[in-house]
Amino acid sequence: MKLFEYMGKEIFAQNGIKVPPGKMAASPDEAAAVAASLGEVVLKSQVLSGGRGKAGGIKFADSPDAAYKLAAELFRTDLKGFKTETLLVEKKIRIDKELYLSITLDGSARKPVLIASVSGGMDIEAVPEEKIVKKHIDPEVGVMPHFCREVVHRLGLTGSLAKQGADLILKLYQVFKKYDCELVEINPLVISGDELIAADSKMNIDDEAGCRYPAGTPVVEERTALEKKAHGIGISYVELEGNIAVMANGAGITMATLDIIEHFGGKPRNFMDAGGGADSEATAQAIEILISTEPKVILVNIFGGITRCDEVARAFVRVKEGAGIPVPVVIRLSGTNEDEGIAILQGIGIASYSDIREAAAKAVEIAAVS
Amino acid sequence: MAIIIDENTRVLVQGITGNQGRFHTGQMLAYGSSIAAGVSPGKGGQEVHGVPVYNTVAEAKEECGINAAVLFIPAPAVKDAAFENMENGVKTVVIITEHVPVHDAIDIMAYASDKGVTVVGPNTFGLISPGKCKIGIMPNQIYKPGKMGIVARSGTLSYEIANSLTAAGMGQSTVIGLGGDRIVGLSFIDVLERFEVDPETEAVVLVGEIGGNAEEVASDYIRRMTKPVVAFLAGKSAPPGKRMGHAGAIIERGMGTYDGKAAALSAAGAYVAQLPWEVPELLKKAL
Repeated sequence: MKLFEYMGKEIFAQNGIKVPPGKMAASPDEAAAVAASLGEVVLKSQVLSGGRGKAGGIKFADSPDAAYKLAAELFRTDLKGFKTETLLVEKKIRIDKELYLSITLDGSARKPVLIASVSGGMDIEAVPEEKIVKKHIDPEVGVMPHFCREVVHRLGLTGSLAKQGADLILKLYQVFKKYDCELVEINPLVISGDELIAADSKMNIDDEAGCRYPAGTPVVEERTALEKKAHGIGISYVELEGNIAVMANGAGITMATLDIIEHFGGKPRNFMDAGGGADSEATAQAIEILISTEPKVILVNIFGGITRCDEVARAFVRVKEGAGIPVPVVIRLSGTNEDEGIAILQGIGIASYSDIREAAAKAVEIAAVS
Repeated sequence: MAIIIDENTRVLVQGITGNQGRFHTGQMLAYGSSIAAGVSPGKGGQEVHGVPVYNTVAEAKEECGINAAVLFIPAPAVKDAAFENMENGVKTVVIITEHVPVHDAIDIMAYASDKGVTVVGPNTFGLISPGKCKIGIMPNQIYKPGKMGIVARSGTLSYEIANSLTAAGMGQSTVIGLGGDRIVGLSFIDVLERFEVDPETEAVVLVGEIGGNAEEVASDYIRRMTKPVVAFLAGKSAPPGKRMGHAGAIIERGMGTYDGKAAALSAAGAYVAQLPWEVPELLKKAL
């Protein structure tokens, strides 16, 4: 789960990381009011997409009037398909230098890693390797003051800024742990006179740790309505843009099914991993979700292990006898109770295949002509 | 031979009295695995499919001499269960559970590395050395003993591929699921190194997917291997920024793409199958 900038900054502030003074605004009037109290301000669209600055989501205003006009403009424009619902209006701070600082997970090392650079304010991937400080964190040791001193030294910070930087790294790691983060990023981290200020915040929180988020952790819904519905019945679902609805059992085989559809020249409508061992009722709900997306055809790819082919077939009977199935269905069934599944499907006039090659080719053919 | 598990593996099932634990204990026994003990706190003294249940790992180990554990435990309790096994000297811990918090996984892997423990998973189907031992949830009937090693990030896709090898007359030495999470105990390299020195294994199938850089990292090692590697990667058509079922299967900031992985593997001398059914043909060609 990604947090909006303002949410991350609230968490930073609560945990002793300095952020610019600011307030939320949900209308141009509110933006003007904040500007009246703060003076020169920056208006920042609260959207989750990256590259916000380049897309025009950040504006500077030197008066309440200007703030009003720019806010109205921001509320009107789409940023890479995202609508601005709220603005963060902050006091404009003096920027002497921009740094980059983040802590994220390194899957290969199986450890958190701190990444820092004296070149901030831009995409970290575009910064040359020699300008980046990269240091793994031993999870059994955590971040200790000496670790922080080394990082700030390598960044070239001295005096009070070095002290503040070291303290900030300690606190950032505390936030990373406390909120079960996959990523905390400050870009840019600004040197403003003799102060270090987090001018932006990016926080990705581990979805699996929801049960232990500290009280007051904000929740952001990134899923579409359909994805949310599918998630509610324990199914992972991703909306795509084609016309062949897909259901398979297992993340890898579902991805491979989409790849096979594209190989034959078709376009999948969705990714749906109906999981292993789902019963016919849950599977029937999954089928109803597919039907609701109005595809040209539904392609089902089941390699039965824990999932039983007859249960999948029964789910189709259930839906057919209930709300009905208004689109053609192409099913590949292989594995546990395959023969029984095929017989059940024949009973309701659905032909099944034992090979995904034939099934996928058939589905693509149907989608192309209908 | 085979890797990690074989006919001498004595398995403890943690969470044996739950639905999943009970069902898969039956399946593993039916396959012929030595399931020596189960653990479920508060349920000590019971039996599940004839397997004695203990309250603690310490007790089970003392009584039954187990050397591997498989966890069918709810995600929030996985860290504790994994540590209980590692503290008690169990050297192979298989974590089937999905949705384990990633910070818990980090702590488990750090301690495992201190203790010299091999962790398989989380979010894995487990591993099997056909004809010798199965630890996990994969179907029993699709494997046969032989000389192909399979290492995979995803379950069902590896079943499909194992099944196609079996149908083509190519049995397997060991089939192992690394797990679909961002932080898992074994990397492709950890497994490839074992297959490289396993006298029984003649060639390796690597089943990867988009997200992370595990396949790219593995390529460096594949370049130095003497045994041929055939790879299949899922997610060629996946859009960036979307998690495709597995926590780790996501293209972020241009990293973890199909093209990058396929190019790295090809450059290292691996045969990259465009479609899953090409794997047996490519293996024949490679051998």
